[in-house]
This record gives sequence, C-alpha cells and structure tokens, in this order.
Amino acid sequence: MHPAFQGFVTIFLGVGGCLAYFYFSNQFLDKVLFPAKGENIGRNINRANLVRPWLFLFPAIFALGLYLAYPVFATLWYSLTDREQGGAFVGLANYQQMFADPKFWEALKNNMLWLVVVPAASTAFGMLAAQLTDRIKWGAIAKSLIFMPMAISFVGASVIFKLIYDTRPVGQSQIGVLNAVWLQFDGGVGSFLILRLVPGLLMICAAAAALFVAWNLVQTARSSKGGGLAKGLRALGAMTLTAIALTALSFAFGAFTKAYNFGVPQTWLTIPGWNSFFLMIVLIWIQTGFAMVILSAALRGIPEETIEAAIVDGANPFQVFFKIKMPQISGTIVVVWTTITLVVLKVFDIVFAMTNGQWETQVLANYMYDKLFRANDWGLGSASAMIIMLLVSPILIWNVYNARKEMR
Amino acid sequence: MADLKLTDIAKTYGGKVDVLKHIDLEIETGELIVFVGPSGCGKSTLLRMIAGLEKITDGTLEIDGQVVNDVPPAQRGIAMVFQSYALYPHMTVRENMSFALKLAKKTATEIDAAVSKAAKILQLEDYLDRLPKALSGGQRQRVAIGRSIVRNPKVYLFDEPLSNLDAALRVATRIEIAQLKESMPESTMIYVTHDQVEAMTLATRIVVLANKGIAQVGTPLELYERPENEFVAQFIGSPSMNLLAGEIVATGEQTVVKLDGGGTVTSAVPTLDSDKGLKVNVGVRPEDMIATTDDSYLFEGKVHITEALGEVTLLYFDKIGGNDAVIGKLPGIHTGLRGETVRMHAAPEKVQIFHNGQSLYYR
Repeated sequence: MHPAFQGFVTIFLGVGGCLAYFYFSNQFLDKVLFPAKGENIGRNINRANLVRPWLFLFPAIFALGLYLAYPVFATLWYSLTDREQGGAFVGLANYQQMFADPKFWEALKNNMLWLVVVPAASTAFGMLAAQLTDRIKWGAIAKSLIFMPMAISFVGASVIFKLIYDTRPVGQSQIGVLNAVWLQFDGGVGSFLILRLVPGLLMICAAAAALFVAWNLVQTARSSKGGGLAKGLRALGAMTLTAIALTALSFAFGAFTKAYNFGVPQTWLTIPGWNSFFLMIVLIWIQTGFAMVILSAALRGIPEETIEAAIVDGANPFQVFFKIKMPQISGTIVVVWTTITLVVLKVFDIVFAMTNGQWETQVLANYMYDKLFRANDWGLGSASAMIIMLLVSPILIWNVYNARKEMR
Repeated sequence: MADLKLTDIAKTYGGKVDVLKHIDLEIETGELIVFVGPSGCGKSTLLRMIAGLEKITDGTLEIDGQVVNDVPPAQRGIAMVFQSYALYPHMTVRENMSFALKLAKKTATEIDAAVSKAAKILQLEDYLDRLPKALSGGQRQRVAIGRSIVRNPKVYLFDEPLSNLDAALRVATRIEIAQLKESMPESTMIYVTHDQVEAMTLATRIVVLANKGIAQVGTPLELYERPENEFVAQFIGSPSMNLLAGEIVATGEQTVVKLDGGGTVTSAVPTLDSDKGLKVNVGVRPEDMIATTDDSYLFEGKVHITEALGEVTLLYFDKIGGNDAVIGKLPGIHTGLRGETVRMHAAPEKVQIFHNGQSLYYR
C-alpha cells in the first residue's frame, strides 16, 4: 500500500473512530442503558447525565494515562532496576551511582545556573523591549524582529550561534563575529573601558541592586504581619539575592584583574565557566520574543487612567513603571517566568548541538540522553529523568496555579 | 485657595485638528465650576490641560497668579478624580489614598492623619484594608475622591465622576459631592459632565462649551433664564427650548414678534426702532407655555402625541410654520388633548428673542 494512502486511512480511522465512539456511546447511554422513557424516566435522565461526562472524558483520560502517567511509573521502576542483571531490582543503587558521578553534579549545577539566568534575562529583556517598542513609531517592526527567533528551532539557533562563536587558527581571517570583534581589542584604553570598566561597574551595580532588594525583603519581613511561610520565603529570597550579589562582586573583581589574551582568537565554547553563558545566550535570544509579546499585551491592558492618576499623584516615570505598571501585570510576569523556567529545565537541543556537554557545559536532559541512549544504561538514565521531573513538577504546579488565577 | 486664569487657551492635535480655540476664563477661589457641552466639545480636554495631562498648544494657564503651562501635574496643586475611578488595583484603599503622600515623602504620622481624616469624611473607615475590587461602584468613587482629598490640593478636578454609577447612586453621590464642597468652602473645584442636572445642581457657575469655544459662562439660573445664544438655550433645560421663526413688528421696552405660524407674541426683551422687520427666532421653554383661548396667542397647533409623566404632560405639536416640532409642557394630566387643536401662549418675560443665533438681550 502506498504510504500516503496508509496515512489517509490512519487519519480516517482515527477521526472516524473518535466520532463513532462519541456518537454511539452516547446513543447507547440514552437509548439502552438509561432510556428516557418508562416509569423511571426522571431517574434515568439524571443518571445518564451523571455518567455522560465520564463517557466523553474517557478517551482523553485513557490516552493521557497510557502516554503520560504510565511512563512516569515505568521510568520510576526502571530507575530502580539494572539492565545488566536482566532488569533485577537494585533499590537505590542507580541513584547512588548517579550521585557519585561528578558529571551529574556538574549537570545539576549548570541546570541551576540556567534556571536563574535564562528566565530572568529573558523576562527582563522582554519587559524592556515591550516597554520601549510601545513608545516608538517603528515599534511594530522591532517587535516582529525580536519575535522572529521564536520561529527558529533550537538546533537551528544553535547552528547560527556556532557560526558566531566560530574560531579559526591565528593568521586566518575569522568568520565568527565574536572573534572578529575580539581581535579588535589590543589592550589599549578602549579595551580597558569595554572589557574591564564597563563589565566591572555593571557587576557592581547588579550586586548593589540585589543587596538593595534583599534589604527591602528583610525590612518587609520584619515589619509585615504575614505568616511564617511568607517570612520564610522572604528570608530565602534575601539569602539567594545575597549569594547573587557576592557572585556579581567576584565577577567584578575578575573583570578588573583578569589577564586577557589579546590578539589570540578564542575558542569560546571551550572556556569553562563562560561557555555555559554562551549557550544560555542562544535560549535567551529565542525566549525574549515570547516574553516580549506576552508582556506587551499585558502592558497594553493596564488602564491608561491609573497611569495618569499616578502622574497627577506625582510619580516619576520609574515609579509609574515599578509601582503602578509592574504590580498590575505581576501575574503575567510570573506566568512568563515560570513558562520559560519549564523550557529551561528541559533544555537539551542547544547543549546537544553545540557542545554535547563537553567542557563543563553538561545539563540534566543531555546527561539523561547520554546515559540512556549512548551508555545504554536505562537505570541511570531513568534515575536522572526522575530528578528532572522532580525539579519540574513544583514549578509546573505553580505555573498552572498562577495561570488559573490570571483567568479568574 | 486658588484662582485660575485661562488666557486665550487653544488645543490643536498634530498642528491640524483644532479642538479648542480662544478659551478665556477666570475662576475664583471657592467656586465650583462645571464644564458642560455635547460629546466631543473638548470639555475633558480642557480639564486635562488644567491638570497637565495634555499639553497646552497656545495661551497661558495661571494658578494663583503663577503661569503653570510647563509645570508637571504633581506640582500644580491639583488633584483629579477620573471617570473610571482609576484606583490602583493592586493597592488597598489605604495604600491608594496614601500613594501621593508617600511619593511626596510625608512622614508616616502625617499620612495616617490625612488618610483617616479623609476616610472619616467619606465613611470609608471600614474599608481601608480592602482592595478596590472588593468595593462597590459608589465606594470606589469615594476612594477616588478620598485620594484627592488627602493631598489637600488647591484645585479639585472631576472628570465625569458619576457617569459610571447607576441612576440612584448617581443622585446620592451628587449630593455627597455637594456636601463635600460645602464642608470645604475654600477649595476650588472644576467639574466636567454632560449631565445638565449635575451641572444645574452643583455649579456656582457653568461653562457651556460648544464649537471649540465657550458658548456662555454664568450661574445656572442665568443660563436657564437668559441664554446668550440659541445653543445654550437649547442645551440647558429638558425638553429643550422651542425656537419659532418670526419677524419683529413693534419695538421699544417690549417687543412684539409676528410669528410665521400665524401667532403674535410680546417679549420683555427691549429692542431698537431699527430692529423693526428683523427676521428673528423666538425662544420659549416648554414649561413656560400656557394653554389659552384668547385671540392673542403664540401659536395654534394640533397635538399629535401626548406624554403624561404624572406631574406634567408633554404635548408634541405638528409642525407650525417652518419650525421643527414644538413641545409644550403643562402641569397635570392632559392626555385628552391628543388630536385636539390647542392655542398656546407665554408671558412676555419668558420669551427670548434670537437673531443670527445670538440673544438680542445681550447686545
């Protein structure tokens, strides 16, 4: 049989089968099981109406159970068995082996880094783009340009950025944009400004901002009447922010003291520590468009009069933005943030296509792929899959909760 | 607390579309000025220019003798109540009211005092910790007013504050605003509305805006009794004033006009001898008409519809002469007049005379 014909038959059977199921099961319920006639007519109609939702939901529940719920439990089971021993139960041995593997901790650490940097940067850039493009004439064009990366697959984007990061031996002309720019620096005043002063100051500013927000959190936690949970969360936030501030300060120190290798083309993707960020830029580039579109719609939904009222009340543009606009779209910001977070936790293609986890860029999803399909170790692979699911679940639940709150 | 002076104010959009031209107006301390006019006459634009939310294209705006054209809204000493309340949805009533004071870096005690005082005046004390979404429309409007009171501004600006309320609440809130004004005799208020009942009941003076300019400024009764032009005559009062075309036949202390429809009327508006033969419009309010059987009458017409409103009956006459449909308003119930031919008359002091749209009384 011709494949196209096979496809057609499949579609026909699938769609037709669905329709037939809904139609005939409904008929069966109304005509045979609980017929709307006879002496029990009222009771029959009520019962039929109680059964009907389950009847119609059954295919969806069954399919979801088969393709989502069952694999979760199967994976959980696989993570407790060993393939070498013919699938014998080995308890938590796989987990123990995984926790002893430095590559796993590297992947986990990188995932956490992605988790902090990518959603924050995408949301921030998206917000900036949304706010700025609303105020200029060619904003619509700018928006479509910023949104366009969304249409590119992660692998495609990775290929584009691999070209940007490309390195050629000394003496050949560089085709990578980043190296072409890098070779312009010669250690003079311009290099000092751009490579030391600007990043150093930026990092110091970031540290100051993080400390300021942390301080505010501490103050609110001390003055507010909120419960222990709210206080605990605030304290946790404050500690995280302090850690971020310290990291930023150490980066600033590095920016001022690091010895640069001027005039030598860099193989960007092999510089440990930095290469993860070069990979993150790809995802930020893609996700900024998404954040911008959603946030721009939310910004437009803010009633103009509340902004005017704030202006009359004496708010400057920053206060209008941070005290009037931001709180009114806070729900949307959270949804955007968590949605990007989910994408980040599952990030695989970019790392797979650009470094394949070498040079300390490993992430959990790629680690899982590595173990499951290259090392053929279903135990370890499943165990890492379980860890990913464990990390995703709370964020997913929170995302659904927030999205529902938005709809209400 | 503040005088306002508007001198030759104009508003143009994009250098082409004129919205307002040549607005001259002086507002004294303690007045409650109402801007009324048909939709699109620019009354809200004028208010927003005073607030500083719209740029003044031309002319000067003075508050307390100081030109404030380029002064940002917050420093003009004004507070504004918006049509949609414009409460900050993420802040409680208390935070809404204290926002401006916090921005002005007032101390916590000052803020608390101002907020609780305003809450007391507006009976919002029980709602201070609620979010706006948990309030009714009338309560939201009171919060919006409270937000302006706490700032103790020189000038209060109201932009159609009652138009989002239902009819019963509107009357109640109107009375509250009137009481509020009475409790703050020193404050100047400017109030924009398209509802002439609000204008008539609240205003110390009304500014009628039409055709990009001011049609008339005056107390509510001046506008009602002595409109300067046909526009004001027909805009104030409901149903609006009837205009009947005619020709002046006798002049002097009192003027006699022979109407195109056949009747004759005497008006208390004095005219010059040279006015004899002038084509004019005679204006008579429906409620000033009297049914008569005399030979001297304003007009005689067939009633084709009656509307009994209980206290009064509206009589809709067929076209008389070249005029639009004429409406009469008689006290009591007269549904039996439908289809009858009725003679109507009016007392001389109730009869206005307009030539080219302008009242002869004011020249």
